[in-house]
Amino acid sequence: MTQGLAADVIVVGAGIIGAACAQALARRGLDVLVLDAGLPGATAAGMGHLLVLDDNPAELALSQYSLQRWRDIARNLPEGCAYRSNGTLWLAANAEEMAVAEHKHANLRAHGVICQLVGAPRLCEREPLLREGLEGGLLIEDDGILYAPATARWMLDQPRIRQRQARVAEVDGARVRLDDGQWLAATAVVLANGIQATELCPELPIQPKKGHLLITDRYPGQVTHTLVELGYVTSAHNASGPSAACNIQPRPTGQLFIGASRQFGTTDPQVEGWMLARMLKRATEYVPALAQLNAIRAWTGFRAASPDGLPLVGQHPQRPGLWLAVGHEGLGVTTAPATADLLVAQLFDEHPPLAAQAYLPQRFLGEPTHA
Amino acid sequence: MSAHADVLIIGAGPAGLNAALAAAPSGARIVLLDDNPWPGGQIWRAGPQASVPAQAQRLREHVGALNNVQHHPQTRVIAATGPRQLLVEDAERGWLIDYDTLILCTGARELLLPFPGWTLPGVTGAGGLQALVKGGLPVRDQRVVIAGSGPLLLASAATARHNGAQVVGVAEQATRGAVAGFAAQLPRWPNKLLQAFGLFDRHYRTDSHVVEALGTERLEGVRLRQHGKLVELACERLACGFGLIPNSQLGQALGCTLHGQALAVDAWQATSEPGLFAAGECTGFGGSELALVEGTIAGLAAVGDRQGAARHWPQRARWQGFAKALNHAFALAPQLKQLARPDTLVCRCEDVPYSKLAGQRDWREAKLSSRCGMGACQGRVCGAAAQHLFGWQPSAPRPPFSPARIETLLCLDDTPPA
Ligand SMILES: Cc1cc2nc3c(=O)[nH]c(=O)nc-3n(C[C@H](O)[C@H](O)[C@H](O)COP(=O)(O)OP(=O)(O)OC[C@H]3O[C@@H](n4cnc5c(N)ncnc54)[C@H](O)[C@@H]3O)c2cc1C
Ligand SMILES: Cc1cc2nc3c(=O)[nH]c(=O)nc-3n(C[C@H](O)[C@H](O)[C@H](O)COP(=O)(O)OP(=O)(O)OC[C@H]3O[C@@H](n4cnc5c(N)ncnc54)[C@H](O)[C@@H]3O)c2cc1C
Repeated sequence: MTQGLAADVIVVGAGIIGAACAQALARRGLDVLVLDAGLPGATAAGMGHLLVLDDNPAELALSQYSLQRWRDIARNLPEGCAYRSNGTLWLAANAEEMAVAEHKHANLRAHGVICQLVGAPRLCEREPLLREGLEGGLLIEDDGILYAPATARWMLDQPRIRQRQARVAEVDGARVRLDDGQWLAATAVVLANGIQATELCPELPIQPKKGHLLITDRYPGQVTHTLVELGYVTSAHNASGPSAACNIQPRPTGQLFIGASRQFGTTDPQVEGWMLARMLKRATEYVPALAQLNAIRAWTGFRAASPDGLPLVGQHPQRPGLWLAVGHEGLGVTTAPATADLLVAQLFDEHPPLAAQAYLPQRFLGEPTHA
Repeated sequence: MSAHADVLIIGAGPAGLNAALAAAPSGARIVLLDDNPWPGGQIWRAGPQASVPAQAQRLREHVGALNNVQHHPQTRVIAATGPRQLLVEDAERGWLIDYDTLILCTGARELLLPFPGWTLPGVTGAGGLQALVKGGLPVRDQRVVIAGSGPLLLASAATARHNGAQVVGVAEQATRGAVAGFAAQLPRWPNKLLQAFGLFDRHYRTDSHVVEALGTERLEGVRLRQHGKLVELACERLACGFGLIPNSQLGQALGCTLHGQALAVDAWQATSEPGLFAAGECTGFGGSELALVEGTIAGLAAVGDRQGAARHWPQRARWQGFAKALNHAFALAPQLKQLARPDTLVCRCEDVPYSKLAGQRDWREAKLSSRCGMGACQGRVCGAAAQHLFGWQPSAPRPPFSPARIETLLCLDDTPPA
């Protein structure tokens, strides 16, 4: 570590993204200082569904690479991180959605993702609680789940990583000012502070997208795969108004995690009854037996959404020394390992494991103004 | 289905029953909800092995006979769904209730502090054992040790003995001086004196606290520290409670200001939220007489009879004096925070040991890193213990306030507010 520097790299934010970046940097022999303000972040709120998404090629590349990485990482994860490879079952309610499933199937297969179409009769064999009359589904076998807060903590538990509770008030290239006025310098600063990134870099095109979640009491063995409706792709994902889609995830505890809602234009963390009702209505349309289960808790979280739904990973074009790892929307737990690998490759000026272009901050911030 | 109440009362213990009684002559439409099968709250808990005192019986009959009081037993509040509207659930259905005025009479619950062995079968709270016995749990010829703090220990011992148990020890953590000082004041509150004598027990020891519950599969004995010395008693049951903490969560969720752990109220029993009153032990521990008179004042104030309400102020002041003496005498000794060992579970829903909590920054961080308080009881037990042990303030609860059928949550209106 260079004299007078607080660390080789300062990472702002100890969510899953900051943690994954810090771990990757520390493994390359750098001394890393992780600063976190202890604000309620997305990592603590989210569902931790590890899934391959293919809305566009860049999303597929990022999520597919990450899933592969998670499978490697999982071998060392402690049990508390609750990693399971239980698969995702995408549900088609009608012929139109089944056509989407078939298209998705072909696309994923062409990219080497293990998946299979499931016809209506087999659907209920695999998931007996599903209502009758669904058109079919698409099973993606290697998708999984994870308890992200514990995983982030595990990633940070490294000899070369120091953690400090502090709120960063300003970033200036490779320096940060804490809210007590103290300046800390490093050779690089990584901004991984999720939805709060715009407080430090107002130029970032990131918007909060609120989500509601609910968890039930323990009902072991009732649901096996994470159940997601394909309407999620056709409507919810692209809509700008509030929306809810069926997303039911079995936890290793036997609890069921129910999501997911999307709302723009609010930063109020309150659980809103109307949205909870919408979301649960959607879920019970697919799994009617949910109605008789006890819900024990509901909460909300905010996804950091960029205009194209992809993260910004790379050096800030106008602020040399400042590296961005932000804007992971609803997929940041999945894409944390890929983000870390992309970031490290760029920092070390190495060949990245997947094409970095689609995730570069330049696409929104313009070309570098520095030499 | 949606219903309307002019006055909605949550909790049918002494405070809630008296609030209903006091508000009824106004002719207001009153709805009284409680999560227990019978009215009476904690102290007058009815059941196969419980005889409710004559005063309680009269109060219950009185309230039961009022045409304008509708009682919903086994009903819980699930969510606040809008200004002056709650979503509630009973065994069969969920529904919405609109109200003009709300009176919270949600009582208190026992503080259970973790100590080695406290999760063994056979170990319960002190009030917990009392409730189980009243509910029909057989204890005949069983050896029972009661430990913790406060008058509830004696009440629990009396119930156990009345049902044939052999109470082999009552361990009160407070000092002999504190308890004697309190007892010396009892003549100032005549009916309390009777109660205290009726309950007194030759196995009662002050300066004594539980160290460990012993046993492998289930409880076989208990190790106590009595006046500094360790003693072991063989027993089949250990009932251990460290006083009462107010059930202020619902009020907190509705925006009411807290005073310590209790709901803050003014002379009219009004909380910081307009149209929202609170009475009884959710406003602080003080015994059933204080709960009764607070209920009366709240009931009268809620229907606008301030003159009538003010007439009960002197009586309330008197029982507040009693409450003060009580809380002073039975304040918990600091060493009770050291009972747990690193591997002692604090959260039994999620199996979280003490070592995973010690050193955390706050309740939120502790929850996220250990899942403490995330199980079925949603921190009702471990949250209070953690607050006592580490000083962490739990956050206001979110809907659902208690476990609720998803079907009930589907009663929520799904149109966004305009
Ligand atoms: C409801 C919901 C469901 C989701 N479901 C999934 C899912 O199933 N699968 C999936 O892959 N992803 C999911 N996500 C997305 C995923 O959770 C996020 O993309 C991911 O957690 C983002 O991690 P992060 O580290 O970028 O941000 P965060 O977890 O938000 O962490 C940011 C950290 O920065 C700190 N910070 C902020 N400002 C400062 C400052 N000024 N100084 C110091 N520290 C600061 C905060 O304290 C915080 O700890 C979901 C998100 C939500 C909201
Ligand atoms: C376990 C226990 C045992 C006790 N035993 C004795 C005893 O033997 N002798 C004695 O002198 N004192 C005893 N006490 C103290 C006694 O409870 C009080 O002095 C007095 O009963 C307080 O009256 P209250 O009306 O304020 O509350 P409570 O009697 O506690 O009544 C509150 C009622 O509200 C209900 N409630 C709470 N929240 C909700 C909700 N969200 N939705 C619906 N219903 C709700 C509760 O289930 C309860 O029935 C005991 C206390 C406890 C906690």
